[in-house]
Amino acid sequence: MRIILLTVKRDLLLYFRKPGDIFNPLAFSLLVISLFPLGVGPSADILGEISAGIIWVAALLTTLFSIDLMFKEDYEDGTLEQMILGREPLLLVVYGKIIAQWLVGGLVITLLSPLLGMMFYVNTDGILATVLALMLATPTMTLIGSIGAALTLGLNKGGVLIAILILPLYLPVLILGVAMIDTATAGDNYAGHVLWLAAILAISIGFAPLATEQGIRISLSE
Amino acid sequence: MLQVNNLSCERANRELFRNLSFEVSRGVALRIHGLNGSGKTTLLRILAGLYQEFEGDVDWGEEHYPLYIGHRRGLKALMSARENLFWSAAINGQETKLSEVDEALRQVSMGGYVDIACGSMSEGQCGRVSLARLFLLHNPVWILDEPFNAIDSTGVQCLVERINKHLSSGGILVLSSHVEVPLTNLQELELRY
Repeated sequence: MRIILLTVKRDLLLYFRKPGDIFNPLAFSLLVISLFPLGVGPSADILGEISAGIIWVAALLTTLFSIDLMFKEDYEDGTLEQMILGREPLLLVVYGKIIAQWLVGGLVITLLSPLLGMMFYVNTDGILATVLALMLATPTMTLIGSIGAALTLGLNKGGVLIAILILPLYLPVLILGVAMIDTATAGDNYAGHVLWLAAILAISIGFAPLATEQGIRISLSE
Repeated sequence: MLQVNNLSCERANRELFRNLSFEVSRGVALRIHGLNGSGKTTLLRILAGLYQEFEGDVDWGEEHYPLYIGHRRGLKALMSARENLFWSAAINGQETKLSEVDEALRQVSMGGYVDIACGSMSEGQCGRVSLARLFLLHNPVWILDEPFNAIDSTGVQCLVERINKHLSSGGILVLSSHVEVPLTNLQELELRY
């Protein structure tokens, strides 16, 4: 357990010493989102209709852009080798790295989402649902994304390949999340969606890091 | 004790070595040498357990978890020497006090650089910081890939002393080096192709 905390601390420290890695993807996504009201026009009807989809695509893009760097530097400077060889289980280190990655990516997008919702005239119920849905879905995205990041480690052009590998896996989360926000905006009960998202998250927490760990071992063994 | 039986490895359609067998007992250092591209690094990575594409047996007996220092030094450019070593100890499951970390850095004459980020150090200084692990961690098996590269003569002397101490306390060392190393209990292995 101690090693998970230490890994989270170490990765957060590294992110804060090199803030560009977090802020660039985030700033890009926020800019893209804020272009929609300008491009589509300020009509509340249209914006309200497309809001859920746009916020989710933004969350997906942010995750994708930042996940690419998750193991890359550790791979290049040899600290990943040390993690494999160390006495502490690699799996726990992977958990730590995923938590840190989510704290600076998914959590930030989740906390910013009410602001984005307001920009798109989403009502209070819809905003609450957006926050809840992102809270459940962004960890899943980071967990699944880490598999792609581990598998594409040794490749130079990993970024595009990660997108091709993991975007299809994001579809269930995307469909459920958007449906949940739409249901909430219409004032209906969305408990079912919450349970589904939570179930997917629970499965991902259990299995995704195992796949990531194996992916790292395979990538390092080349 | 390390036992290697009939080890064969092929890389990029070229045979690096075939049916390699050797033994290294406690207290002995094995120096692997050979031309560039003869497979020294690959052999060390196989022994460390980082490279799996081989045939044959590598048996470490009870001594798992080697301390491996390769071409990639395993130092974060954005972290200070102290933070890097503290992390190395943590990943090895070792509870370390900061004073022990500082002492290890002093041993490799880097005592004045504990708070300097490794990214702003010279190549040789980074080498020293990564070798400070030898003074900090308690692994019985060391695997060092060209440890004498980029290190000045006092550094080499300090390293040789540390290695001899490690061997006399029953440790095992496998290293690759182009230069002759003045070690007691040295065994040599030349890779040819």
